Amino acid sequence: MANIKTVTKKTKAQAMGMHKEVLTGRTQQKFFNPDEAENFYYFGTYDVDFNKRTDLDVENMTAAEANKEIDNLMSQGYGTIVIKNPQGKHSIGVGILNKLNLIFEGSLGYFGIGSCDGPIVRINGRVGWSCAENLMAGKVVIEKNAGSCFGAAIRGGDLICKGSVGARTGIDMKGGTIIIGGDAGAFTGFMMQRGRIIILGDVGINLGDSMYDGTIFVGGEIGSYGSDAVDAELTKSDQDWLKRKLKVAEIGENFDVSKMKKIVAGKKLWNYDNLEPTEKKGAI
Amino acid sequence: MAKKKNKKKASKSVAVKDQQLGKKKETAREKMIGQSIGYRYDVNLLPDYSKMTPFLKKYVEAMGWDDLNWLEDVHMGYEEGRPAVFCRNANGWVTIPSSIKLPNNQQDRDMIARELLVKFQMSPKHPLVDLKKAYLKF
Repeated sequence: MANIKTVTKKTKAQAMGMHKEVLTGRTQQKFFNPDEAENFYYFGTYDVDFNKRTDLDVENMTAAEANKEIDNLMSQGYGTIVIKNPQGKHSIGVGILNKLNLIFEGSLGYFGIGSCDGPIVRINGRVGWSCAENLMAGKVVIEKNAGSCFGAAIRGGDLICKGSVGARTGIDMKGGTIIIGGDAGAFTGFMMQRGRIIILGDVGINLGDSMYDGTIFVGGEIGSYGSDAVDAELTKSDQDWLKRKLKVAEIGENFDVSKMKKIVAGKKLWNYDNLEPTEKKGAI
Repeated sequence: MAKKKNKKKASKSVAVKDQQLGKKKETAREKMIGQSIGYRYDVNLLPDYSKMTPFLKKYVEAMGWDDLNWLEDVHMGYEEGRPAVFCRNANGWVTIPSSIKLPNNQQDRDMIARELLVKFQMSPKHPLVDLKKAYLKF
């Protein structure tokens, strides 16, 4: 939450029409260097080649061993890694902060593909709870169904499930896009703060409950709205973006997006300062 | 006497507060809670892909993505009166140098913000590089 100061002089940002008030936050007095070299990867990550491909059979490996081996293969420049026999292992394919094409031939257990930043992941099976939790960037495609808390707290990237998902999809998400080809369970978009959720099928009860911001698009029936989730007008810009996104997701290319419902936050719950008057002072 | 003085002070502060609320708050909700809770940009603004810069096109291609991906959530905001971009990795606002001329519409500014943020995050001078050296466990 932002504090307000009295504005006496027009700043550059105000003169450009970006805002009227002065909000203060956690500035670090860091400035961009316009002459920064053109570089597309994080400093210290591996230089991998998508055309360099290898297989990794993880049948007799623990999740930790498998994750270490994926890292080892990336260090050798492999840009496409096919994981054989994942056999529903938990916490596999996590913490990848690299450009990578990762393919799982089978299903994953709980907390698969967690805390990743950049890879393109395809899972030719199902996933358990909390798949792609805290995803920062990249694209994750699940060919079948997903469990509860799908895409919990994601910050960015595209998370796609071609089948149906369980409850609390996109709980606490702070960015990115979640796309569901089938149905979604109860409390979808619970406490979401930013980002977008697209559901082509039906969705359960309490959709967008206590959502702070962000947008949910639904193609099917809605069980019920959650607290502070309200309808909004579907604009032309929304429709163009939906068509583009569904093409990226490889699902619903012929879906009539003009009939989708758009749900946003009613912003009636924006009263944390009333509830926590002392805590707000420390917040942005 | 003391009581009279207190009454005057109290009524003045209420008057000032009311005046500020009426001037600064845009919604009834903000007026009621006495605080603006806005972001520094429209978080729900969808990107206009026709405005993508050549650098961003190259970045998306290098990463193997089909679109702006995580950069769809990056917008140009402001910090202490100057245009700035929020770097989620450093958890702070990074200011745009005054030497960079900014266009007069948000979509074009957002694309510049995305380009600068990528350059900043991928730079060996990013604050996380030092932190990684100091705290990397495995």
